[in-house]
Amino acid sequence: MSVRVLSPGLLTSVQDGGRHGCGAIGIGRAGAMDEVSLRLANMLVGNAQGAAALEITLRGPRLRFDTDALVALAGAEIDARCGDESMPRWRPIRLRAGSELNLGGMRRGARAYLAIAGSIDLPAVIGSRSTDINAALGPMPRPLAAGDELPCGARPHSSCDELWKKLEAACETGNRNAAAAAWSLDPSPWFDASTARPIRAIAGTHFEHLDAESQRALFGAEFRVGIDSNRVGCRLEGAPLQLAAPIEMVSAGTVSGTVQLPPGGVPIALTAEAPTTGGYPRIAQVIAIDLPHLTQRRPGDVVRFAQIDLADAQMRYLERERALARLSETLRWRLHQPW
Amino acid sequence: MNDIGIEWLGDRALLLRVGDGIDAESNARVHALAKSLRAAELPGVLDLVPAYASITVHYDPRAWGDAGSDMPPSERLAARLSALARHVSNSATSDATDSARGIVETPVCYGGEHGPDLADVARLARVSEEEVIARHGSGDYLVAMLGFAPGFPYLLGLDSMLHTPRRANPRTRVPAGSVAIGGAQTGIYPRELPGGWQIIGRTPLILFDAARNPPALLAPGQHVRFRAIDAGEFANLQALSSRT
Repeated sequence: MSVRVLSPGLLTSVQDGGRHGCGAIGIGRAGAMDEVSLRLANMLVGNAQGAAALEITLRGPRLRFDTDALVALAGAEIDARCGDESMPRWRPIRLRAGSELNLGGMRRGARAYLAIAGSIDLPAVIGSRSTDINAALGPMPRPLAAGDELPCGARPHSSCDELWKKLEAACETGNRNAAAAAWSLDPSPWFDASTARPIRAIAGTHFEHLDAESQRALFGAEFRVGIDSNRVGCRLEGAPLQLAAPIEMVSAGTVSGTVQLPPGGVPIALTAEAPTTGGYPRIAQVIAIDLPHLTQRRPGDVVRFAQIDLADAQMRYLERERALARLSETLRWRLHQPW
Repeated sequence: MNDIGIEWLGDRALLLRVGDGIDAESNARVHALAKSLRAAELPGVLDLVPAYASITVHYDPRAWGDAGSDMPPSERLAARLSALARHVSNSATSDATDSARGIVETPVCYGGEHGPDLADVARLARVSEEEVIARHGSGDYLVAMLGFAPGFPYLLGLDSMLHTPRRANPRTRVPAGSVAIGGAQTGIYPRELPGGWQIIGRTPLILFDAARNPPALLAPGQHVRFRAIDAGEFANLQALSSRT
């Protein structure tokens, strides 16, 4: 089966769990900006958590499915329609052959994920199907364009047969093009578009080199997401931060979450397409579990940082991973049940 | 190596620091340490990224957690890495770089349309363009690290006379294969990119191709020597490399 892109939306790309293990030759991770929403969308259709899906930014695409498909939406509160019917997020949906999925604006959040059972079946490039837009790398090395045809794999066989049949019956009896499962995943632990929530970060290697006022401002002042933020980084506009004195920098590793301070004083929190190395002071590091909350902020949204220590951050990371593993088990069981 | 510094790069990566500068000695220590870390095949280590004087270790904290201990995964991994580093001798460093995949001879067409900044580099160094070509072309360069873009090599070993500041106005498009100078470093643009380095020539070799294995022509720790070619040979080699 395949999906045809009728209109691409603002910035829609194929993303998966990312490209790992090639940093030594300058290849970054790429992959989903909101890793958790990608994993949840995939879990809802029986895919592997890091399978290739669509990452949709701010305004969605219009897509046509040439055969029946099982899909799920996770992440930002995106307006989704199939014909006249509004489509829910956080639950599996069966779309009939020929139906059009019309994804519009987002009320809250910046990135939504559309997973298709069987995943997007493009050949992996250097171990991943994700699009590194900045490096023009991936099987689809650019954002989607109108007319693109995305091949999809076969629906994972055993995972959702009961549900699949039930949703087919629902389509038939109602003479509808789409039917959603009667249950849904509770998104509240995973998706929080509230801009009041502080983003937790540990102090970076060069935090101590900031002047006293900038040290206070980093973990106290309000920043706003800059309009020219992208998949490489989130520009944090506010009162500019300054070093107490210039420091000699030697290029060293950077990762997603690294907050760098270029000479202009506007910090940049690196995200999915973080370069493998960088030469700016590393003043903070957003913790892994809060990165999705940062990447769901929209241009103009407020960001405040709260300091946390590394041991605490790692404990919370391990807790999150245990919770996701439990949820994955629950959903696997759920997909086998008739409703 | 007993004087390894550890910096936390968030909760899924840490940085091992073996020196403070851009110099061949620190960089040789980086490659020796990276080699033994790779050989150790530590659990949960997802990537090792060597830079001038440091190595970034990407890891999965789940592989280093222990419910029966208060020690966080970061500390447990750091202790293991420090112990491994102590067994890497500084004298083994030259061995690690020399035994890397040999010397890569890189043909370069200097000046003209392929090297628009050659005249500026010569003027700033107060030598002739021929002297710049002779000095740049006779160096023995070490691939200190790759970064900035996939396959972009930062080369150590530039003749100090050729150290040239970056351009005041970076170009929005630098052609693939451009050989350039930025401060004390020289490098090669693997594909068309924006860039502020001084472009003195261009190689017909393809530095990066995602469909090739390995995708990058150069690896950290390798050596590079340049060979000056004329525009005719450049065109011939370029035709050859685009066919394969």
